[in-house]
Amino acid sequence: MKRFGCTNLTALALGLAFLYLPIAVLVVNSFNDSRLVTVWAGASLRWYRELANDAAMLDAASVSFRVAFLSATAATILGTLAALALTRGGRFRGRLLFSGMIYAPLVMPEVITGLSLLLLFVAVEIDRGFWTIVIAHTTLTLCFVAVVVQSRLVTFDRSLEEAALDLGCPPLRTFLAVTLPLIWPAVASGWMLAFALSLDDLVIASFVSGPGATTLPLRIYSEVRLGVKPEINAVCTILIAVVALGLIAASLLTKRSASKAPLGARM
Amino acid sequence: MAVLVSFDQVTKRFGDFTAVDGLSLDIHEREFFALLGPSGCGKTTLLRMLAGFEAPDGGRVTLAGQDLAGIPPYRRPVNMMFQSYALFPHMTVAGNVAFGLKQDGLARDEIAARVDEMLGLVQLRPLAARKPDQLSGGQRQRVALARSLAKRPKVLLLDEPLAALDRKLREETRFELKELQRRLATTFVIVTHDQDEAMSIADRIGVMNRGCLAQVGTPAEIYERPASRWVAGFVGDVNLIEGRVTAVYPSFVMVDRVGMRLRVAHAPVAPGPIAVALRPEKIRVSHAVPDGAFENGAAGTVADIGYLGTLSLYKVRLDDGLVLKAAVMNEQRAERPIHVNERVWLSWTPDAAVLLME
Ligand SMILES: Nc1ncnc2c1ncn2[C@@H]1O[C@H](COP(=O)(O)OP(=O)(O)OP(=O)(O)O)[C@@H](O)[C@H]1O
Ligand SMILES: [Mg+2]
Repeated sequence: MKRFGCTNLTALALGLAFLYLPIAVLVVNSFNDSRLVTVWAGASLRWYRELANDAAMLDAASVSFRVAFLSATAATILGTLAALALTRGGRFRGRLLFSGMIYAPLVMPEVITGLSLLLLFVAVEIDRGFWTIVIAHTTLTLCFVAVVVQSRLVTFDRSLEEAALDLGCPPLRTFLAVTLPLIWPAVASGWMLAFALSLDDLVIASFVSGPGATTLPLRIYSEVRLGVKPEINAVCTILIAVVALGLIAASLLTKRSASKAPLGARM
Repeated sequence: MAVLVSFDQVTKRFGDFTAVDGLSLDIHEREFFALLGPSGCGKTTLLRMLAGFEAPDGGRVTLAGQDLAGIPPYRRPVNMMFQSYALFPHMTVAGNVAFGLKQDGLARDEIAARVDEMLGLVQLRPLAARKPDQLSGGQRQRVALARSLAKRPKVLLLDEPLAALDRKLREETRFELKELQRRLATTFVIVTHDQDEAMSIADRIGVMNRGCLAQVGTPAEIYERPASRWVAGFVGDVNLIEGRVTAVYPSFVMVDRVGMRLRVAHAPVAPGPIAVALRPEKIRVSHAVPDGAFENGAAGTVADIGYLGTLSLYKVRLDDGLVLKAAVMNEQRAERPIHVNERVWLSWTPDAAVLLME
């Protein structure tokens, strides 16, 4: 194994510090008994206790998790279907356009997505609230799921599906009995990615949310504008933990699905 | 024998490339039929049209008199063993074999009994609970075979079933396959580009070239009476001697070539240019001048000797420059050993050679 030189080590430390120092400060402070960031008054779970009594914050958390769950589920179903159409549809007319349109939201500035969704909801006169956030997050995360699932499908050995058909299994059942069990790690990691993205989102939610439906990031943002309460640090720490767990699970699943792919497909 | 599968003027195109070109072929009931041909000649495509994975662009494919057009793969009484085996990695060996039976909605105990029977047939009972990635290549091949036989198809299609096995296992498995086919009395259609495999396993062989059938016949017919120069060259080793038919008699013709006269037993043909195919093992090599050396005999110099265990292959350069190959069984070699650069005589009987017009 290659040994890291001194310069390399320093560069690595600086890079990691640049990335994670702010988060570390936040996490450490969430356990700080003092109200002031600059004073360390000993470790305590005081702010977590206070958080547990903050009804508004808990309500926002519940909205966020429900939105994330529903939108991730919808995005996973639609994204998987889109990935199937892209890999299995053959050379249908407008395939290039379709794949472009699936991937465009990946690079679209969120402000534009949020604004255009807002205009749409206003135009069709839907009351903004819980469901508009779900719809908006579904459109945001669908393309991520499609990318993840498609990358698994291109290495999928089609002769497995042909073997199932050949043995008398109709196409839909073949998908459920053979394809899905083999690609599910990718589907699940797509779901988790979508869940984490939805939980994170502030920009789009700020456009499409309405009264009575405030997500956690929105709530945190509005509280912070009135001054940083240490309680916020506690919320953020929990949020970071949830998102990190989701991403770790997603990457583990992706890895597993890759190592399970048939030998020929991996080479 | 009754015709079971029939291809009638079947054509398949991929873009502007014609993979199968107006091909007609009948396969009989309970027959072991081999499709033999070089890589890319359309063997797999033909098989996939029978299985239902490709639709012909022209012509008809019928099974027991029924036109298969429009019938999807999952409704055809035909099963296929894939070259990659295509075992379901998330199911056990038993689960793989049971898969097709479950689609038929058979009762649980009936499925279990049939799976057990199939695993017994391929001697895999002890491995029923393993997953495919815990098996050797040969064992996987058996699972694939058991799975494709479990539904008792009318026709079993095998796409290069032995290609992934090593040589020794391949030769053993050939005979097992043949034995299995006889026992089950099912029609097997096997695709291969290995001529030894086709010869040793099949009742009849269809030799394919560029999407067409070059010849259909028993292994002996194809070897002894090739229909064209191409078939003669593709199946086994052959010497091709170009010449002209100069005289036609009821039971033989005379072929002339500079410095050589050949008397070939064959049905009459018109005089003109022709090729004579001569298998190396039908040529005798001797020091002495053979009887009637002016016909079906030639003198030359040994250019090379290859020792192949049971036989030796002599390459003899005739005086007019033509090189003929002669294979001689090693225990039948001449009393006195033959060396490179020695003068020898080659001779053969009139019925050893075959006239080829194409
Ligand atoms: N889906 C396809 N699209 C385009 N061309 C194809 C397709 N399938 C096969 N071909 C072409 O058709 C020709 C015949 O293919 P096929 O697979 O039938 O050959 P084969 O005789 O089975 O060869 P091999 O012994 O190498 O397996 C090949 O030239 C191949 O490139
Ligand atoms: Mg092939």
